[in-house]
Amino acid sequence: MKQKLKDLNKAFENKLRLGIMSALMVNDHLDFNSLKDLLGATDGNLASHLKTLEKEAYVSYSKEFLERKPNTKYSVTPAGRQAFLKHLKAIENLLK
Amino acid sequence: MNKEKYLSDIHDIKEIMDRSSRFISLSGLSGVSAGIIALFGAYFAYLFIYQESEYFDYKMVGIDETSMFNLFILAGVVLLLSLGSGIFFTSLKAGKNKQKIWDRNSKRLLSNLMIPLATGGVLCLIFLSRGYVGILAPLTLIFYGLALVNASKYTLNEIRSLGILEIVLGLMAMYFIGYGLLFWAIGFGVLHIIYGIIMHMRYGS
Repeated sequence: MKQKLKDLNKAFENKLRLGIMSALMVNDHLDFNSLKDLLGATDGNLASHLKTLEKEAYVSYSKEFLERKPNTKYSVTPAGRQAFLKHLKAIENLLK
Repeated sequence: MNKEKYLSDIHDIKEIMDRSSRFISLSGLSGVSAGIIALFGAYFAYLFIYQESEYFDYKMVGIDETSMFNLFILAGVVLLLSLGSGIFFTSLKAGKNKQKIWDRNSKRLLSNLMIPLATGGVLCLIFLSRGYVGILAPLTLIFYGLALVNASKYTLNEIRSLGILEIVLGLMAMYFIGYGLLFWAIGFGVLHIIYGIIMHMRYGS
Protein backbone atom coordinates (compact mmCIF):
# COMPACT_ATOMS: atom_id res chain seq x y z
CA MET A 1 0.00 0.00 0.00
CA LYS A 2 2.77 2.42 0.91
CA GLN A 3 4.48 1.75 -2.38
CA LYS A 4 1.26 2.50 -4.19
CA LEU A 5 0.73 5.78 -2.39
CA LYS A 6 4.28 6.86 -3.08
CA ASP A 7 3.62 6.99 -6.82
CA LEU A 8 0.80 9.48 -6.42
CA ASN A 9 1.95 12.94 -7.30
CA LYS A 10 1.19 15.78 -4.89
CA ALA A 11 1.25 18.24 -7.79
CA PHE A 12 -1.85 16.60 -9.24
CA GLU A 13 -3.85 16.30 -6.04
CA ASN A 14 -5.49 19.65 -6.67
CA LYS A 15 -8.61 19.56 -8.90
CA LEU A 16 -7.62 22.54 -11.01
CA ARG A 17 -4.08 21.32 -11.60
CA LEU A 18 -5.45 17.91 -12.51
CA GLY A 19 -7.79 19.67 -14.95
CA ILE A 20 -5.00 21.71 -16.51
CA MET A 21 -2.87 18.60 -17.03
CA SER A 22 -5.80 16.58 -18.46
CA ALA A 23 -6.55 19.28 -21.01
CA LEU A 24 -2.92 19.78 -22.01
CA MET A 25 -2.35 16.02 -22.39
CA VAL A 26 -4.76 15.84 -25.33
CA ASN A 27 -3.97 19.22 -26.92
CA ASP A 28 -0.69 20.38 -28.43
CA HIS A 29 -1.18 23.69 -26.69
CA LEU A 30 -3.95 25.80 -25.20
CA ASP A 31 -3.97 29.50 -24.47
CA PHE A 32 -4.84 31.01 -21.14
CA ASN A 33 -8.39 31.95 -22.05
CA SER A 34 -9.30 28.54 -23.50
CA LEU A 35 -8.05 26.94 -20.30
CA LYS A 36 -10.07 29.43 -18.28
CA ASP A 37 -13.28 28.72 -20.24
CA LEU A 38 -12.70 24.99 -20.17
CA LEU A 39 -12.07 24.70 -16.46
CA GLY A 40 -14.33 27.51 -15.30
CA ALA A 41 -11.54 29.03 -13.22
CA THR A 42 -10.85 32.62 -12.27
CA ASP A 43 -7.80 34.44 -13.70
CA GLY A 44 -5.92 34.51 -10.43
CA ASN A 45 -6.64 30.94 -9.46
CA LEU A 46 -5.68 29.55 -12.85
CA ALA A 47 -2.51 31.66 -13.01
CA SER A 48 -1.30 30.52 -9.60
CA HIS A 49 -1.87 26.83 -10.35
CA LEU A 50 -0.19 27.18 -13.74
CA LYS A 51 2.76 28.74 -11.92
CA THR A 52 2.95 25.73 -9.59
CA LEU A 53 3.03 23.36 -12.54
CA GLU A 54 5.65 25.51 -14.28
CA LYS A 55 7.84 25.33 -11.19
CA GLU A 56 7.67 21.55 -11.31
CA ALA A 57 8.65 21.86 -15.01
CA TYR A 58 5.51 19.95 -15.99
CA VAL A 59 4.12 22.79 -18.05
CA SER A 60 5.88 25.23 -20.35
CA TYR A 61 4.59 28.31 -22.09
CA SER A 62 5.42 30.51 -25.03
CA LYS A 63 4.33 34.06 -25.54
CA GLU A 64 3.40 35.47 -28.88
CA PHE A 65 1.40 38.40 -30.16
CA LEU A 66 -1.99 37.95 -31.77
CA GLU A 67 -3.25 41.19 -33.30
CA ARG A 68 -0.91 43.07 -30.98
CA LYS A 69 -2.32 41.38 -27.90
CA PRO A 70 -0.07 39.08 -25.94
CA ASN A 71 -1.19 35.47 -26.13
CA THR A 72 0.29 32.84 -23.86
CA LYS A 73 0.23 29.27 -25.06
CA TYR A 74 0.68 26.52 -22.54
CA SER A 75 1.79 23.01 -23.28
CA VAL A 76 2.82 19.97 -21.29
CA THR A 77 6.54 19.11 -21.11
CA PRO A 78 7.84 15.56 -21.66
CA ALA A 79 8.56 15.39 -17.92
CA GLY A 80 5.00 16.52 -17.21
CA ARG A 81 3.57 13.91 -19.53
CA GLN A 82 5.60 11.18 -17.85
CA ALA A 83 4.67 12.36 -14.36
CA PHE A 84 0.99 12.54 -15.23
CA LEU A 85 0.96 9.05 -16.74
CA LYS A 86 2.70 7.74 -13.63
CA HIS A 87 0.06 9.44 -11.48
CA LEU A 88 -2.74 7.89 -13.56
CA LYS A 89 -1.12 4.48 -13.23
CA ALA A 90 -0.93 4.96 -9.47
CA ILE A 91 -4.62 5.83 -9.24
CA GLU A 92 -5.43 2.82 -11.38
CA ASN A 93 -3.46 0.54 -9.04
CA LEU A 94 -5.17 2.04 -6.01
CA LEU A 95 -8.59 1.37 -7.45
CA LYS A 96 -7.82 -2.26 -8.27
CA MET B 1 -8.49 5.01 1.60
CA ASN B 2 -10.84 7.43 -0.10
CA LYS B 3 -11.43 5.58 -3.29
CA GLU B 4 -14.22 7.91 -4.14
CA LYS B 5 -11.96 10.89 -4.55
CA TYR B 6 -9.84 9.01 -7.08
CA LEU B 7 -12.86 7.71 -8.93
CA SER B 8 -14.11 11.26 -9.24
CA ASP B 9 -10.60 12.34 -10.34
CA ILE B 10 -10.63 9.76 -13.12
CA HIS B 11 -14.07 10.90 -14.15
CA ASP B 12 -12.94 14.54 -14.26
CA ILE B 13 -9.83 13.71 -16.25
CA LYS B 14 -11.83 11.85 -18.87
CA GLU B 15 -14.48 14.54 -19.02
CA ILE B 16 -11.97 17.37 -19.45
CA MET B 17 -9.99 15.44 -22.07
CA ASP B 18 -13.19 14.91 -24.06
CA ARG B 19 -14.48 18.42 -23.63
CA SER B 20 -11.15 20.02 -24.55
CA SER B 21 -10.42 17.98 -27.65
CA ARG B 22 -13.75 16.89 -29.11
CA PHE B 23 -16.97 18.53 -30.08
CA ILE B 24 -19.35 16.47 -27.95
CA SER B 25 -22.49 18.56 -28.34
CA LEU B 26 -23.56 16.99 -31.59
CA SER B 27 -27.26 16.42 -31.03
CA GLY B 28 -28.97 13.15 -31.90
CA LEU B 29 -32.12 15.06 -32.75
CA SER B 30 -30.28 16.91 -35.52
CA GLY B 31 -29.53 13.52 -37.07
CA VAL B 32 -33.18 12.50 -36.86
CA SER B 33 -34.39 15.76 -38.40
CA ALA B 34 -31.77 15.64 -41.18
CA GLY B 35 -32.85 12.05 -41.91
CA ILE B 36 -36.53 12.96 -42.17
CA ILE B 37 -35.76 15.95 -44.39
CA ALA B 38 -33.58 13.72 -46.62
CA LEU B 39 -36.40 11.18 -46.97
CA PHE B 40 -38.82 13.92 -48.07
CA GLY B 41 -36.14 15.21 -50.42
CA ALA B 42 -35.64 11.76 -51.92
CA TYR B 43 -39.38 11.38 -52.40
CA PHE B 44 -39.66 14.69 -54.28
CA ALA B 45 -36.57 13.86 -56.32
CA TYR B 46 -38.24 10.58 -57.25
CA LEU B 47 -41.30 12.50 -58.48
CA PHE B 48 -39.17 14.94 -60.47
CA ILE B 49 -37.02 12.29 -62.10
CA TYR B 50 -39.57 9.65 -62.93
CA GLN B 51 -42.72 11.66 -63.64
CA GLU B 52 -42.35 11.96 -67.40
CA SER B 53 -41.58 8.34 -68.03
CA GLU B 54 -44.67 6.74 -66.61
CA TYR B 55 -45.86 5.80 -70.08
CA PHE B 56 -43.19 3.19 -70.35
CA ASP B 57 -43.44 -0.23 -68.84
CA TYR B 58 -40.25 0.30 -66.94
CA LYS B 59 -39.12 3.43 -65.21
CA MET B 60 -36.60 5.36 -67.17
CA VAL B 61 -34.49 8.02 -65.63
CA GLY B 62 -35.26 11.09 -67.63
CA ILE B 63 -33.63 14.29 -66.58
CA ASP B 64 -34.29 17.24 -68.84
CA GLU B 65 -33.44 20.85 -68.11
CA THR B 66 -36.57 21.65 -66.09
CA SER B 67 -36.28 18.67 -63.80
CA MET B 68 -32.55 19.35 -63.51
CA PHE B 69 -33.40 22.88 -62.35
CA ASN B 70 -36.01 21.48 -59.93
CA LEU B 71 -33.47 19.01 -58.56
CA PHE B 72 -30.95 21.78 -57.98
CA ILE B 73 -33.51 23.82 -56.05
CA LEU B 74 -34.57 20.69 -54.13
CA ALA B 75 -30.97 19.83 -53.24
CA GLY B 76 -30.42 23.37 -52.02
CA VAL B 77 -33.58 23.34 -49.90
CA VAL B 78 -32.74 19.93 -48.38
CA LEU B 79 -29.20 21.08 -47.58
CA LEU B 80 -30.35 24.35 -45.98
CA LEU B 81 -33.11 22.71 -43.93
CA SER B 82 -30.87 19.93 -42.59
CA LEU B 83 -28.04 22.35 -41.81
CA GLY B 84 -30.48 24.71 -40.15
CA SER B 85 -32.10 22.05 -37.98
CA GLY B 86 -28.68 20.56 -37.20
CA ILE B 87 -27.32 23.88 -36.02
CA PHE B 88 -30.50 24.55 -34.05
CA PHE B 89 -30.52 21.27 -32.07
CA THR B 90 -26.76 21.27 -31.63
CA SER B 91 -26.67 24.80 -30.25
CA LEU B 92 -29.42 23.84 -27.79
CA LYS B 93 -27.30 20.94 -26.61
CA ALA B 94 -24.10 22.97 -26.54
CA GLY B 95 -25.86 25.40 -24.24
CA LYS B 96 -26.66 22.57 -21.86
CA ASN B 97 -23.09 21.20 -22.05
CA LYS B 98 -21.72 24.69 -21.42
CA GLN B 99 -19.76 24.29 -24.65
CA LYS B 100 -19.71 27.05 -27.22
CA ILE B 101 -21.07 26.01 -30.61
CA TRP B 102 -18.37 27.94 -32.44
CA ASP B 103 -15.11 27.15 -30.68
CA ARG B 104 -11.79 25.52 -31.48
CA ASN B 105 -13.32 22.05 -31.42
CA SER B 106 -16.24 22.74 -33.73
CA LYS B 107 -13.94 24.60 -36.14
CA ARG B 108 -11.57 21.64 -36.21
CA LEU B 109 -14.50 19.25 -36.69
CA LEU B 110 -15.92 21.33 -39.52
CA SER B 111 -12.63 21.84 -41.37
CA ASN B 112 -11.90 18.11 -41.26
CA LEU B 113 -15.42 17.39 -42.47
CA MET B 114 -15.26 19.93 -45.26
CA ILE B 115 -12.05 18.79 -46.98
CA PRO B 116 -13.40 15.44 -48.30
CA LEU B 117 -16.92 16.84 -48.58
CA ALA B 118 -15.94 19.82 -50.75
CA THR B 119 -13.71 17.58 -52.89
CA GLY B 120 -16.67 15.26 -53.47
CA GLY B 121 -18.98 18.19 -54.16
CA VAL B 122 -16.71 19.67 -56.82
CA LEU B 123 -16.15 16.23 -58.35
CA CYS B 124 -19.93 15.70 -58.53
CA LEU B 125 -20.41 19.04 -60.26
CA ILE B 126 -17.74 18.12 -62.82
CA PHE B 127 -19.42 14.78 -63.51
CA LEU B 128 -22.79 16.50 -63.67
CA SER B 129 -21.50 18.97 -66.25
CA ARG B 130 -20.33 16.02 -68.33
CA GLY B 131 -23.77 14.42 -68.05
CA TYR B 132 -22.92 11.52 -65.75
CA VAL B 133 -26.05 11.78 -63.62
CA GLY B 134 -26.16 8.16 -62.48
CA ILE B 135 -23.02 8.22 -60.36
CA LEU B 136 -23.95 11.31 -58.37
CA ALA B 137 -25.87 9.46 -55.64
CA PRO B 138 -23.08 6.90 -55.04
CA LEU B 139 -20.40 9.61 -55.11
CA THR B 140 -22.18 11.85 -52.61
CA LEU B 141 -22.59 8.84 -50.28
CA ILE B 142 -18.93 7.82 -50.59
CA PHE B 143 -17.50 11.28 -50.04
CA TYR B 144 -19.92 12.01 -47.20
CA GLY B 145 -18.80 8.76 -45.57
CA LEU B 146 -15.12 9.63 -46.01
CA ALA B 147 -15.79 13.08 -44.55
CA LEU B 148 -17.48 11.53 -41.50
CA VAL B 149 -14.66 9.05 -40.90
CA ASN B 150 -12.14 11.88 -41.17
CA ALA B 151 -14.07 14.16 -38.81
CA SER B 152 -14.96 11.45 -36.30
CA LYS B 153 -11.66 11.94 -34.43
CA TYR B 154 -12.96 15.29 -33.28
CA THR B 155 -16.43 14.34 -32.14
CA LEU B 156 -18.49 11.44 -30.79
CA ASN B 157 -17.12 7.99 -31.66
CA GLU B 158 -20.32 6.78 -33.33
CA ILE B 159 -19.71 9.09 -36.27
CA ARG B 160 -16.90 6.82 -37.46
CA SER B 161 -19.08 3.75 -37.96
CA LEU B 162 -21.79 5.90 -39.54
CA GLY B 163 -19.17 7.08 -42.03
CA ILE B 164 -18.06 3.54 -42.82
CA LEU B 165 -21.67 2.48 -43.42
CA GLU B 166 -22.17 5.44 -45.78
CA ILE B 167 -19.07 4.42 -47.75
CA VAL B 168 -20.30 0.82 -48.04
CA LEU B 169 -23.73 2.02 -49.19
CA GLY B 170 -22.05 4.32 -51.70
CA LEU B 171 -19.99 1.50 -53.17
CA MET B 172 -23.09 -0.71 -53.38
CA ALA B 173 -24.96 2.13 -55.08
CA MET B 174 -22.10 2.43 -57.56
CA TYR B 175 -22.45 -1.26 -58.38
CA PHE B 176 -26.26 -1.28 -58.57
CA ILE B 177 -26.14 1.90 -60.54
CA GLY B 178 -29.88 2.26 -61.30
CA TYR B 179 -30.90 2.30 -57.65
CA GLY B 180 -28.94 5.38 -56.67
CA LEU B 181 -31.88 7.23 -55.21
CA LEU B 182 -32.90 4.25 -53.07
CA PHE B 183 -29.39 3.93 -51.59
CA TRP B 184 -29.26 7.66 -51.18
CA ALA B 185 -32.52 7.59 -49.20
CA ILE B 186 -31.17 4.78 -47.00
CA GLY B 187 -27.82 6.51 -46.42
CA PHE B 188 -28.97 10.06 -45.84
CA GLY B 189 -32.45 9.29 -44.53
CA VAL B 190 -32.71 5.99 -42.67
CA LEU B 191 -29.14 5.85 -41.30
CA HIS B 192 -29.32 9.41 -39.99
CA ILE B 193 -32.58 8.64 -38.21
CA ILE B 194 -31.22 5.40 -36.66
CA TYR B 195 -27.94 7.00 -35.57
CA GLY B 196 -29.77 10.07 -34.35
CA ILE B 197 -31.98 7.94 -32.12
CA ILE B 198 -29.01 5.93 -30.79
CA MET B 199 -27.05 9.08 -30.00
CA HIS B 200 -30.08 10.73 -28.48
CA MET B 201 -30.52 7.77 -26.15
CA ARG B 202 -26.82 7.57 -25.25
CA TYR B 203 -26.01 11.22 -24.78
CA GLY B 204 -29.34 13.02 -24.52
CA SER B 205 -30.10 16.06 -26.60
